Amino acid sequence: MTAAQQTAPRLSAPVLRMTGIKKSFSGVAVLIGVDWALRAGEVHILAGENGAGKTTLIKILAGVHSDFSGTITLSGKPVRFRGPQDAAGHGIAVIHQDIAVVPSMSVRDNIFLGREIVRGHRVCFRAERDRARAVLGRLGLDIDSSRLLEDFPVSVRQMVEIAKALVHDARIIVMDEPTSALNEVEASRLFKIVGDLRSQGRAIVFISHRLEEIYRVGQTITVLRDGRAVGTFPAAELPPDRLVELMVGRAVDRLFPPRTAKLGGLLLQAEGVSVPDPSGIKPWAVEGLDFRLRAGEILGLAGLRGGGASELVHGLFGSFGKRVRGRIRLAGEAYVPQSPGCAIRRGLALLTNDRKSSGLVPTMSVGRNISLASLGRFSPWGWIKTGREAAAAGRLIETLGIKAGAADEVVANLSGGNQQKVLLARWLETSPKVLLLDEPTSGIDIGAKNEIYRLLDIWTSEGKGVLLITSELPELLALSDRVMVLHRGRFIDEFDRGEATQERVIKAAMGMENQA
Amino acid sequence: MNLGISPKSRVSRLFRSPSFRALAALALVIAIGCVFNAEGTFFRWHTHRDMLRHISVFGILACGMTLVIITSGIDLAVGSVLGLSAVLFSLFSLQLGWPAWLAVPTCLTAGAACGLTSGGLIARFKIQPFIATLAMMVFARGLAKWVSGGRKISTAVQLADGSFEYREAPGVFRILGSKLFGGNIAVVTLIFLACALVCYVLLARLRLGRQLFAIGGNEEAARLSGVPVSAAKLLAYGLCGLLSAAAGICHAVQEQQGDPEAGAGYELTAIAIVVIGGTSMLGGKGGMGLTLNGAMAIGYLEKILSLNAVGEATRLMLTGLIIVGAVLFQKHRK
Repeated sequence: MTAAQQTAPRLSAPVLRMTGIKKSFSGVAVLIGVDWALRAGEVHILAGENGAGKTTLIKILAGVHSDFSGTITLSGKPVRFRGPQDAAGHGIAVIHQDIAVVPSMSVRDNIFLGREIVRGHRVCFRAERDRARAVLGRLGLDIDSSRLLEDFPVSVRQMVEIAKALVHDARIIVMDEPTSALNEVEASRLFKIVGDLRSQGRAIVFISHRLEEIYRVGQTITVLRDGRAVGTFPAAELPPDRLVELMVGRAVDRLFPPRTAKLGGLLLQAEGVSVPDPSGIKPWAVEGLDFRLRAGEILGLAGLRGGGASELVHGLFGSFGKRVRGRIRLAGEAYVPQSPGCAIRRGLALLTNDRKSSGLVPTMSVGRNISLASLGRFSPWGWIKTGREAAAAGRLIETLGIKAGAADEVVANLSGGNQQKVLLARWLETSPKVLLLDEPTSGIDIGAKNEIYRLLDIWTSEGKGVLLITSELPELLALSDRVMVLHRGRFIDEFDRGEATQERVIKAAMGMENQA
Repeated sequence: MNLGISPKSRVSRLFRSPSFRALAALALVIAIGCVFNAEGTFFRWHTHRDMLRHISVFGILACGMTLVIITSGIDLAVGSVLGLSAVLFSLFSLQLGWPAWLAVPTCLTAGAACGLTSGGLIARFKIQPFIATLAMMVFARGLAKWVSGGRKISTAVQLADGSFEYREAPGVFRILGSKLFGGNIAVVTLIFLACALVCYVLLARLRLGRQLFAIGGNEEAARLSGVPVSAAKLLAYGLCGLLSAAAGICHAVQEQQGDPEAGAGYELTAIAIVVIGGTSMLGGKGGMGLTLNGAMAIGYLEKILSLNAVGEATRLMLTGLIIVGAVLFQKHRK
């Protein structure tokens, strides 16, 4: 395996030790006595399911939560941070899961936000620009740092977060799911940077839900479960099965359930589909694409971010109105994308890749979030039959195993995995023929992922078709009956279940033709 | 994890619920009234009756404002549209002698048209609600002045020789201005309560209401769930305009004239009512019950201050402080 996986020398004393950390939110205990230690020159993985307390632990370390019990020892000295600035002053940089950048400011201003380079009372822009360029260059990002951050895709925002940590020369760098917005190439670049930082003797805390990543970058793994540290292990001595077992608290028989659905007739047929680029940088995000989807089939869409897969599903769903070109037949009848409402009536469902910004209505209850896309059914003549609505929501909460106190619980209180299931329930309630799923398992824990994989198999067995986008290659390969690879908005290659391998898909996604 | 709701958390949930907090604000105001009762005047029935009558016009405006604020928008034009409608209604009924069945719908249509125009600018051209309705606020005020020639329109009709003749107000003015049940409930108050009921049903039971909440909560998610966002917003602003026009008719009836300056600054009172009630300015959270509460709280507040003969300067300052206090109170319990 990779060099990064060799166990780091265990001679150094811990740079950071957290002992007896307890924290509760409005009476609910989230952390019940966590002990762990971090050494210089190691990448330390914090593993655990959603709700295990990883993020809370990190926020305590970052000085976001200052009211906790327990002690933090930094290089042998006990410390207590008064706030994020204080923690940063002690050389701790945190890249939070929710990207905390200001989109309306320039890349440079974001990097130096709160810690500007000043000479007297004036910000020294030239020095900032040069430092920014150097750091971004190290991250392999060749962009003009005076441009506004909102002009760049999400992956750049993530990189800017990392640049922020680098530029301030932090001793301890915490990355909370840093790859969730990155594609394979960007992610491997990040892993290389993480390796470099480690060899410089910095300590890195890395949180990830992706097993592959955990073993690629980590030397030490601390598993958290239900607010406790279950144990710390050298990565080489903790096989993946055992790790999952520790995280979940029970044995998961198989992460990817076997595919049992049988393929049926032609469901969706697209010829020469072109989708306009929403950002307007280029005229078309997807150009002249042909593909077919059969009933009961999962067609995986692979490609780098910006390859056009997300735009394709949005285009099919009518998110961009009538600007999509091409001939599409849906269940044997001609279909022209017009609007989401029209797409829903024709049996399409779109799970977007960002449940916060384009999925959930955070102010609404679980039940109302579920019924939102199928309101018409529950409201003949515009009058909502609340009884029928509640019954349907209750049924879905049960079938999908959504853990919510009640259907009228506010959806914002749920964990990521349960929120994602709420969105799946919303689309299931519209009785779709074709599910367009964009990153359906992003930011959710392994237990919930496993359940979603099972649901996918059940739905396809019922004759639904699925277009699946996921940046986790193992997931894509395990679930898809066929993988179609897009490169810069065009078809580049296609693999059947047997032929698809990670290498072949990545090569194709990067624009290299595979020999037949 | 234990997901069952324990009795303790049920109590704390009740305590945290917006309706409870809105009621608490109202109860606080009433308690103040009980203490500073102006030698018992606060306990007389007519005090409460007058409060309801006084707050009715503002309450009608607040009904429409609630719909708009729930979509995370705002309508600054309600006061001006009220003025325009008061002028139009007086012109049609007092001066031109139109029958009520013609004058009332015409005024309501004019108000709805103003609202739909703001709504169209917001939904179709993506102009920020604050800006679009600010423009409509100025425009409608100008229109009211143009229609009235800048003068108050009353029962005095100027004759050809320049002298004035005082006509008797038509029946609709008397009926809308009267009080029912032995002079206890003003017709205007009934109109307010009817508007509140309609808006309550709309928000709590109709698909449109649910769509307004969804838009306020997350517009993009609503759009991708098939909610006709533009149409729903258009309707919200249209209804807000219509209700403003209804308030204008009531105002004209109460004043027995159509003043082109009527309703200046009323939009701020309407917003204050909605906010004190506990509807979130960020959209997606709130309701008509809360606004009803807010209207009563503001109504009692003004009544208590005037009963105790607090001067206008002090009154305004106190009102400002109390708005901040009420909102802080609601924030505190999050």
